[in-house]
Amino acid sequence: MSELMLTLFNGASLGSILLLIALGLAITFGLMNVINMAHGELIMIGAYVTYVMQNLFISYLPSQYFDFYFILAIPVALLVAAGFGMIMEFSLIRFLYKRPLDSLLATWGVGLMLQQLARSIFGAPNVGVKSPSFLNGGLEVGTLLLPYSRLFILGLSITCLIGIYYYFYRTASGRRVRAVMQNRQMAECLGVSTRKVDLLTFAIGSGFAGVAGCAITLLGAIGPALGTSYIIDAFMVVVVGGVGALFGAVAGAFGIGFFNTAFEYLTNASIGKVLIFLLIIAFLQWRPSGLVTSRSRSLD
Amino acid sequence: MRNRKNYLLLIVMGLLFSVLVACSAADNAAGASEPEESDPETTDEGSSETEGEASGEESDTIKVGILHSLSGTMAISETSVRDSELLAIKEINANGGVLGKQIEPVIEDGASDWPTFAEKAKKLLQQDEVATIFGGWTSASRKAMLPVVEENNGLLWYPVQYEGMEASPNIFYTGAAPNQQIVPAVSWLLENRGTKFFLLGSDYVFPRTANAAIKAQLEADGGELIGEEYTPLGHTDYNTIIAKIKSEQPEVIFNTLNGDSNVAFFKQLKDAGISTDDLTVLSVSVAEEEIKGIGADVIEGHLTSWNYYQTTDTPENEEFVAAYKAEYGDDAVTADPIEAGYFGVYLWAAAVEAAGTTDVDAVKEAAKGIEFDAPGGPVKVDGDNQHVYKTVRIGEVRSDGQIDELWNSGEPLKPDPYLEGYDWASDLSEALSQ
Repeated sequence: MSELMLTLFNGASLGSILLLIALGLAITFGLMNVINMAHGELIMIGAYVTYVMQNLFISYLPSQYFDFYFILAIPVALLVAAGFGMIMEFSLIRFLYKRPLDSLLATWGVGLMLQQLARSIFGAPNVGVKSPSFLNGGLEVGTLLLPYSRLFILGLSITCLIGIYYYFYRTASGRRVRAVMQNRQMAECLGVSTRKVDLLTFAIGSGFAGVAGCAITLLGAIGPALGTSYIIDAFMVVVVGGVGALFGAVAGAFGIGFFNTAFEYLTNASIGKVLIFLLIIAFLQWRPSGLVTSRSRSLD
Repeated sequence: MRNRKNYLLLIVMGLLFSVLVACSAADNAAGASEPEESDPETTDEGSSETEGEASGEESDTIKVGILHSLSGTMAISETSVRDSELLAIKEINANGGVLGKQIEPVIEDGASDWPTFAEKAKKLLQQDEVATIFGGWTSASRKAMLPVVEENNGLLWYPVQYEGMEASPNIFYTGAAPNQQIVPAVSWLLENRGTKFFLLGSDYVFPRTANAAIKAQLEADGGELIGEEYTPLGHTDYNTIIAKIKSEQPEVIFNTLNGDSNVAFFKQLKDAGISTDDLTVLSVSVAEEEIKGIGADVIEGHLTSWNYYQTTDTPENEEFVAAYKAEYGDDAVTADPIEAGYFGVYLWAAAVEAAGTTDVDAVKEAAKGIEFDAPGGPVKVDGDNQHVYKTVRIGEVRSDGQIDELWNSGEPLKPDPYLEGYDWASDLSEALSQ
């Protein structure tokens, strides 16, 4: 029984990580149809921002405030990654909206450049980030121990999701974004500045990649090539969830998370990965456009 | 409708592309039979190839080749070995060189690509006519260079511990053979930390070969195998495996994970509330340099098995660490393969002095039984298999990221790449060397 519970929790936890890394992509790729291969590097930027914040706190603040670095790193990572996203959109992506294949190659190149930038600044070896003390240990539920860091990521991804939902569906600015993505000409006719909306949307998507990077420092290695280990998962979640459907990504992330954990528990990590890919291929045969289908301007 | 098709095609291409990228990264790493590639896709922008193009007069210098990956996945590990080899050459030159001549390094980049290693080795031997090559890290790169050095009757000094089952007449192996790292570690653990073993490794040749040997040894020495798990290279989520570890309650985890996975595993192990009180993790692929990336607070108290640590207490090591830091900065740490690369150069130089020539056959003959006081303790070349007698050291990670020695073998152990000295390995070496 407790093993089943633990597997369920681990599935939810993996799902929340997948959701967090895919949320930004669900916006840039899902809504805007930019195949952004540099998404992984935006995640990496978020992770390095956390590292820099940690070092700043160690150097300039008394040690009792150390734990706050992580809380502060989240919004800073969001802003820095969003800034990088804006620069990318303004200098490159906006010329490529009608040429998706070119944008794939161009963003991949940007990704390589960002990796090299990180290497030049921080060096090639991995860097260490110390988890804040309030995330050490775990919550005991019966015989189970649920790590606080996992619970934190679960909470963070739900918070991000609520934030995105609120923005897109409850604010005027978010409504404009949806209007532009659904019918650009009509939105332009009604006086929406589509250039501004494009820039803002891409920046938001990039910003959430930064938040994901911040969370990932709790779990794994922080190095210049960090992004490459997550980019495939991110695309997988968005494609399974349904391109253009934000909430498809939620179903996709948790679906993949649960199945992956279950397969891995029943077999082993390598076979589990194979099984999950087989399942996704079979699923896409059955529903080629993903779990949640939606119509947007470029899908017509 | 046409648009839609194009669009889907693009998605598929995008995914395919990313899979390809990941696969090529994984391939690179998968070819690596040795520990310590902490970071895929690494290019070290600091590496230059200019050092080799110094002084012209052939008669006053002896050319040697240095062939490591200075770009690509393995650069992160191999550039520091190149650094220590250059340091050794510099020191030897400052003391008058060998045979009264200065050593002139010719540096080539293997680019983490195994055919490139073969090509560059050929270039070094045929075009530059180097006296010897120092180089390689992964078993794949060694296996790529092996036929080249044998064909051209060249020499290669290979500085990394590996899975054994090889002894080329043209290669000197200065890293540990399995009986100088893994076998004694298992015996020590059985004696001191418990008999219930859980084997965890990355899913490729080195961990699987090593674990095959460990299983045979456990069976012979009364250990109990509780579980065995492999994860793909670059795996980032260890929750499920940690859940299995929790339910099966091993006393010892023998860790042959490679690269970034180590970071994820140790962080998540700590988060799951498993401490060194519950079990011991012994790693054979985590040295001082990797600990920096994992975070010393996370891995503190767990064990490693090597032949050398930066803290190893010998007068030679004190000098070596000081010289290395003076050359490459205070933050630089030394580690086992770095040391093995360093004393490899000295062993070669001593053999050349003894032979009175750089002729390969004469040097090989002279190298038999040659001794040197390396930073990690005295080493001696074994005449039969051209491996090196080395002291085995089991260490515990400290809170500052350095490693304290808990146990050592007391004297340098005779290298036994085919594990011939162990009854339990008799079937194994035949099966594995095929």
